[in-house]
Amino acid sequence: MSVFGDVPQAPPVAVFKLTADFREDSDPQKVNLGVGAYRTDECQPWVLPVVKKVERLIVEDGSLNHEYLPILGLPEFRSAASKVALGEDSPAIKESRVGGVQCLGGTGALRIGAEFLRRWYNGTNNTATPVYVSAPTWENHNSVFADAGFKDIRPYHYWDAANRGLDITGLLDDLEKAPERSVFVLHACAHNPTGTDPTQDQWKQIAEIMKRRNLFVFFDSAYQGFASGSLDKDAWSIRYFVSEGFELFVAQSFSKNFGLYNERVGNLTVVSQDGESLSRVLSQMEKIVRTTWSNPPSQGARIVSKTLNCPELFAEWKGNVKTMAERVLLMRDQLKAKLQALGTPGTWDHITQQIGMFSFTGLNPKQVEYMIKERHVYLMASGRINMCGLTSKNIDHVAQSIHDAVTKVQ
Amino acid sequence: MALLKSNKVLYCLGNISPSLGVLSSRHSSWWGGVQMGPPDPILGVTEAFKKDTNPKKMNLGVGAYRDDQGKPFVLSCVRKAEALIAAKQVDKEYLPIGGLGEFNKACAQLAFGADNEVLKSGRNITVQTISGTGSLRIGANFLSRFHGGPRDVYLPKPSWGNHTPIFRDAGMQLKSYRYYDPSTCGFDFKGALDDISKIPEKSVILLHACAHNPTGVDPRPEQWKEIAEIVKQRQLLVFFDMAYQGFASGDIDRDAWAVRYFLEQGHNILLSQSFAKNMGLYGERVGGFTVVCNDAEEAKRVESQLKILIRPIYSNPPMNGARIAATILNTPELHSVWLEEVHGMANRIIKMREQLVAGLKKEGSSHNWNHVIDQIGMFCFTGLKPEQVERLSKEFSVYMTKDGRISMAGVTSGNVAYLAEGIHAVTK
Repeated sequence: MSVFGDVPQAPPVAVFKLTADFREDSDPQKVNLGVGAYRTDECQPWVLPVVKKVERLIVEDGSLNHEYLPILGLPEFRSAASKVALGEDSPAIKESRVGGVQCLGGTGALRIGAEFLRRWYNGTNNTATPVYVSAPTWENHNSVFADAGFKDIRPYHYWDAANRGLDITGLLDDLEKAPERSVFVLHACAHNPTGTDPTQDQWKQIAEIMKRRNLFVFFDSAYQGFASGSLDKDAWSIRYFVSEGFELFVAQSFSKNFGLYNERVGNLTVVSQDGESLSRVLSQMEKIVRTTWSNPPSQGARIVSKTLNCPELFAEWKGNVKTMAERVLLMRDQLKAKLQALGTPGTWDHITQQIGMFSFTGLNPKQVEYMIKERHVYLMASGRINMCGLTSKNIDHVAQSIHDAVTKVQ
Repeated sequence: MALLKSNKVLYCLGNISPSLGVLSSRHSSWWGGVQMGPPDPILGVTEAFKKDTNPKKMNLGVGAYRDDQGKPFVLSCVRKAEALIAAKQVDKEYLPIGGLGEFNKACAQLAFGADNEVLKSGRNITVQTISGTGSLRIGANFLSRFHGGPRDVYLPKPSWGNHTPIFRDAGMQLKSYRYYDPSTCGFDFKGALDDISKIPEKSVILLHACAHNPTGVDPRPEQWKEIAEIVKQRQLLVFFDMAYQGFASGDIDRDAWAVRYFLEQGHNILLSQSFAKNMGLYGERVGGFTVVCNDAEEAKRVESQLKILIRPIYSNPPMNGARIAATILNTPELHSVWLEEVHGMANRIIKMREQLVAGLKKEGSSHNWNHVIDQIGMFCFTGLKPEQVERLSKEFSVYMTKDGRISMAGVTSGNVAYLAEGIHAVTK
């Protein structure tokens, strides 16, 4: 009798199943609007030109070896990554109260941060501390905090389906009612999956309540630069909170803005009140990292570090990021225009008001099923589409399919 | 006004943990109660070494291979593989949660032998992991969630320092079985069998496949056979940690002998593999985790649950190292170059062991240093006591961990005589 005889079959992770199904589909007009990875107008993955350049430099550098990185990661990467998030002139950095933990992608940064909070945030056992995630949110947020040991993960109001926008009233209300010391996971920009971000004024309202009610700020920043094309603009919310004196975490991902998806490059930025607290926090982060992966992978961090720390490469990178952001913005404009031209019922302003890689179309599950089965256009059951999957060649098919889904399927 | 102000102070005070002192202008840090973590004992050795200005200093702490000039060694098969990969211009799309398929396949073949029945029947699931640590952690998490037996994991005494916190953080409990005999600096075979025979049924037992860390003491084949028999009688779940395949004896198949023997005997094992040392890919974090199941159907179920565990830790593994390893394993000429280079690394270590013992004899040491040659792999448990270790660092600038473990990789033909001099001085 096997020890694992009772292990049940787990359901596949939805977003990867979607891509698997897409691959099996032989329809010549098929379109994949599922997984969040950038595509060119030829619907191809894009290795950023600056990345290719830097990789060549690394391969040709005979002085580099494959030795272990320190537990917290490559120092030049950590400092450069935190600087990208907080800004060149960040007073917090000048005051030496900012630290970074190099992690495996944004996921890794979230997990290490969550593990730390569970152990050390408010007393030494935070399994009962409420963790709030937006409704909806990236589905892995729930699992990350649950597996880190948090037992009470709650939604906060976010998406207003009726108005296809931010439910700011509900959000602020949840902040007022949350138990003090609760942890809130905030999307720094380009909210996944809705693409709907608070305005600057709304961020200020959020910050005011969080400060007054002692709520912990945990930013998830996976799209800096990718959302608007501007690094500074996309980091506005983070920088505002820091300027308001918050201690906070930022889980940064370089998967999208560097196109380094499979090298797993992330950074957990810790902003503390002072350097002394910071060093204690980092010492405990080391303990957590040591039993998770010992030390992080070097390739991706080297690429990002070289790029961020060299002015010419940094400028080139910003240009590459802008290229991606602009193509997405173009697709948004065109999709909305085509739907309006088709006379598709409903309003489609949200397509251009939303920001970043994703758009919450508002299609219901039945309509989504129609899109997949009848039109071979693959999107998430939530109605989320990846704008990067749209190209000048397939946008007509997609627009027509949405139109048909909305008019034929209730 | 003063009353209002004091109310505000009281309000803030109510939220502060007792260990905090001075109030800041808004409120105090969240992290007032965070203790300073103790320094890592192994990395602490490197820190002290770095600060030392003695030109003769030696770092025998961390287990990373060094060549005879004391430099990190990038294998030529690795450089060749990197060049091949660079020429291919592959994209950077996410790997599947379980990692690079061609790596996983080659990884399992390396451990079990390409024609192993387990592989042919498809009843193993092998996933790419973040080197050996990541592999052990995934395994520990899997056991914690799905193992119906006792929550105890039995480690050899001593074991790699990180084993305990890994299993503990995953929610398992740790116990031990006798392993190292300090009186012989060898294997306590009788003690091990005795302890193992008393382990409650269905518990998890962790075994080092070869080149035991930290002692370098491995069971002989006939001893492995008896261990396998007792383990089977007790119905224990075997978790092999194989971080040094090829690196121990210089021979890939020989180093995997115990793993393969257990499979042959019908044990459905868990296995962690690392390519940090045998391919010198330390910082690229290349490893594999395998569960050998009853059949392919069970393997599929186990695989689906491993993915559920992995996704909330790091989503999917890093490409670079796995690509390099897969290229080496799957390209015949690179594969043979690799075997030669691993053999070369193992041989240099063996030679240093011999030279150290010869050096100690030359110094006039009256102690029996045979264990230095009998032990295998990167590490040597010298038998030195903490006071002697301390003296070695203070008087000779020779650094090792407090338990007397030295990394033979840090020994070169240029410094082995000095090491012998130092060890003799503190032990005569």
